[in-house]
This record gives sequence, structure tokens and C-alpha cells, in this order.
Amino acid sequence: MNVPDDLLYTESHEWIKREGENIRVGITDHAQSELTDVVYVELPKMDRQADAKEAIAVVESVKAASDIYAPVKGTVIEVNKALEADPGLINREPYGQGWIFVLKIDNADDLKQLKDAEAYRKQIG
Amino acid sequence: MTEAAPKKTPLYDEHVRLGAKIVPFAGWLMPVQYTSIVQEHQAVRNTVGIFDISHMGQLIVEGAGARDWLNAMLTNNIDKLDVGMGQYTFLLNERGGIIDDLIVYRIGDQKFLLVVNAARTEDDFAWLQKYLCAPIQIENRSANFGGVAIQGPRIGDLFLALFGKDIELPPRNAIVDLPFEGTKVSVARTGYTGEDGIEVFFRANDAVKLWNAALEKGKPLGIKPCGLGARDTLRLEMCYPLNGSDLSSERNPIGAGLGFFVDVTKPNFIGRDALLKTKEIGPREKLVPFRMKNKGPPPRPHYAVFHNGERIGEVTSGTLSPSLNWGVGMAYVSAAHAKIGAEIEIEIRGQKFPATIEKKPLYKKSAS
Repeated sequence: MNVPDDLLYTESHEWIKREGENIRVGITDHAQSELTDVVYVELPKMDRQADAKEAIAVVESVKAASDIYAPVKGTVIEVNKALEADPGLINREPYGQGWIFVLKIDNADDLKQLKDAEAYRKQIG
Repeated sequence: MTEAAPKKTPLYDEHVRLGAKIVPFAGWLMPVQYTSIVQEHQAVRNTVGIFDISHMGQLIVEGAGARDWLNAMLTNNIDKLDVGMGQYTFLLNERGGIIDDLIVYRIGDQKFLLVVNAARTEDDFAWLQKYLCAPIQIENRSANFGGVAIQGPRIGDLFLALFGKDIELPPRNAIVDLPFEGTKVSVARTGYTGEDGIEVFFRANDAVKLWNAALEKGKPLGIKPCGLGARDTLRLEMCYPLNGSDLSSERNPIGAGLGFFVDVTKPNFIGRDALLKTKEIGPREKLVPFRMKNKGPPPRPHYAVFHNGERIGEVTSGTLSPSLNWGVGMAYVSAAHAKIGAEIEIEIRGQKFPATIEKKPLYKKSAS
């Protein structure tokens, strides 16, 4: 499974890419592979404020619906509208065009709670 | 549910070797998918797919009087079965509730094979044994036997490749014993996908041989090994019920819209009185197929169903149909609302989405 070194990760299988004051969030290659064919994505509402570990989006495969969590506290400032027409982007490009939302983070220190690539690799075995 | 460690079918190692995602299901470790539920689903609709169904229970009932006895245990009429034929039927409790739905094959004058749901095998066996009277015997051969379903429009070509040009596909619902590479297998022309196909039953020792031969000979046809995920989406498009989801001991075949498989003209079978009563007064709720009206989140089991703001029922099966690319499902709704074409709403995460009650099946093969 692809676990890029330059990203941060959560236990719940989100990846986090730091972009200055913001973070871009998606689900990992491992997560998309476990979920199987993604057929629907419920994006978070714009400007929504979220606490760390709060469920703010839903990714649905043929089999089941799975919550996607805000990795840290912040405000939703961008959502990936392309997923509405083509949810399969999450399967095909989990770290690229399959990103889900961008959060403006409240406190950059919160990112220290997240896992690095090595810790995430260990988690998924 | 059983607390014991999940069992492995004789094909477990093959599934692992093929990279299947394995999940516990009904006490067994089963492949849910190999590559993609959607791809596997399409293989069955367009070419051919093979499923491990070794988890399903196989019960043998035999002995003088077996036919009459079984006819009093099951809802469909076994007297209509010639030797070598099978029928879909129900095992009911006294209240008419569904213990299991199954296929019974008459494999001898007074000998029957019952293919039952994996999760129900022990209960079915115990239930039947409770009512058993000598000299009829019942054997649970599930641990020593396996099975595969081979389904899809290319079944004829694959059958020829597997069994040779001198052997014909058995007719629909028939079961025959056929020689296969030095052993004997039973082939039934039936399935759970809506496509033409067969189910093959064999000794557990022969499972790997048959599985690999089918994959090898099916390769030029585009065969795919298919998991439980595709099995579920395929059956739901056809509105075939799944016991445990659409059927339960709290539901009866009349409410489930499956009265066709109940012969109330039989003088006696367990559950008959209760079903007659249901028929007379009408079921309180009916199982109906529905389709979402707009693109949106797919329906799932247990979502509430509404009509004009009033709660009228609950979804029992739901998914995004890979063939139709629409959210589809089945739900029990109050009988007054169970009309084809009726507008309903499915509540998904607090929001209501419009849907329409449809005719069975949800998916129809286009003429080709």
C-alpha cells in the first residue's frame, strides 16, 4: 500500500497535507482499498467548524457508508466538488484528485498529534 | 451468532491466493471481493463469474415416507417434483414465520438434497430433526461437501469446456450427477443472480480441482472469481430475498411477496394455518422493491421509509445498483402504501430522499 512520506495520517485513515495555515484531507490508499468501489461522497458544508475527530463527511462504497473525520479542529474552506460527479476518484487517486476537503486549522500545534508515515505504516501492518 | 472461530471453506486458500478481501460471514471466512464488487458484478452480467458457495448448508433427507414428511415441513409442493428436479421453498415455524428459504432437490424417489442458508444450517437441521419420524433420516453433510455457483451468459461455453461435448446443460431447476476428472459432481441449473447458470456440489476434496478448472477454462471467456459483495448486488437487482435481511422468523412468505412458493392447497404443512389467516386478512406490511429518484446516497438496511411525513416502514436491503447505476433497495412498508409506482421517501442521515416503489425485478436484461 502506498503511504507517502510527506503526509501526516490519522488512526481513522485520513491523510493530511499541510498547506501553510490550511490542511488538505483525503483518505489513504489502504482505506480506499478496504472500502472498495466508492459510489457516493457526502462532502462537508462550507464554512463548517469542526472539532478534532468529528465526523464531517461520508464516503459510501457499494457495501457500506463510512464517516470521514476532521483530523484537527478547524473550518472547512474548500470541498472537492469533483467527487460529486466522479466519486471513483477516491479509488483511483486517493492522494491526488481524490482529496475531500481543506480545513483552515485553528492551531498548528494540533498537527503534532497526528501520525507520520512510519507510524501509519505500522498501524496498517 | 456463533462464538466459535469462523470456519474456512475448502476453497479458502484459493481465495487468499487470488488476493481476496476476506470477511467473516455467517460463521465462515468468505471472500467479499477479489478486485472490485462492480467489476465482478459486471462479469456475471456480461460474461461469467464463479462464486464459492461452500458455506451454504447441504442436508440430505431420505427413507421411506421422506417425500410426504418433507411436504409437511416445507411450503412448496414436493409432489410436483420429478426425480432430478428442484424447487424454491420455505421452512416455517408454527406462526408462519420464516426459519429459512431454501432449494429442495429430489435426488431419488425418497431422497432429497436441501441447500440452505449458511447461517441457518444448524437451526434448520435441529428443527427438522425435532419432527423426524423413523425410518426417515436426515444428515447434515455440510462439513464434507462444498459448492460453487457459475453464473453468466457464457455458462454454455464454460459448461462445454468443463464437461465435454457429449453432456448437455441440465434444464432449468434440474440437478444431475456428472463425471468430472475422475470424480462425480452434482450440477443444478439454478442461481441467485438472475443470469443463466449452474450450482455445482461436490465432496470437499474435489473443491480446488473444480474451482481451478473453471477459472482456467473460463479465462478465454472473461471469467472472474466473484465474492459475496457482487452476489448481494446481483441478487438485489433481481429482488431475490436474503434471509436475515429481507426474511426472518418475524416475517412470512405472504408479506414478503413470495406466496407463489407456498401451496396452501396442500392439506397440511407447518405454518399453513397462520398463512391462511394472513392471506385472509392481508399482511400488515409488504416487502417492496424501490428505486431512488435522484442521484444521491444509496439506501441501506434499517433506513426509515416515509410517505407524506408519516413513517410507513423500513429498508431491509439497499445498495447502488451496478447495472442501473441507481440507488435501489427493498423495504417493508405498510400494506396500504405498497403499490407499484407509489412515491416514498427514504431517510438518510436525517434527510429525506424521494424514491418510487417499483415492479420486480429492479433489473431486466435488455433484449439482445
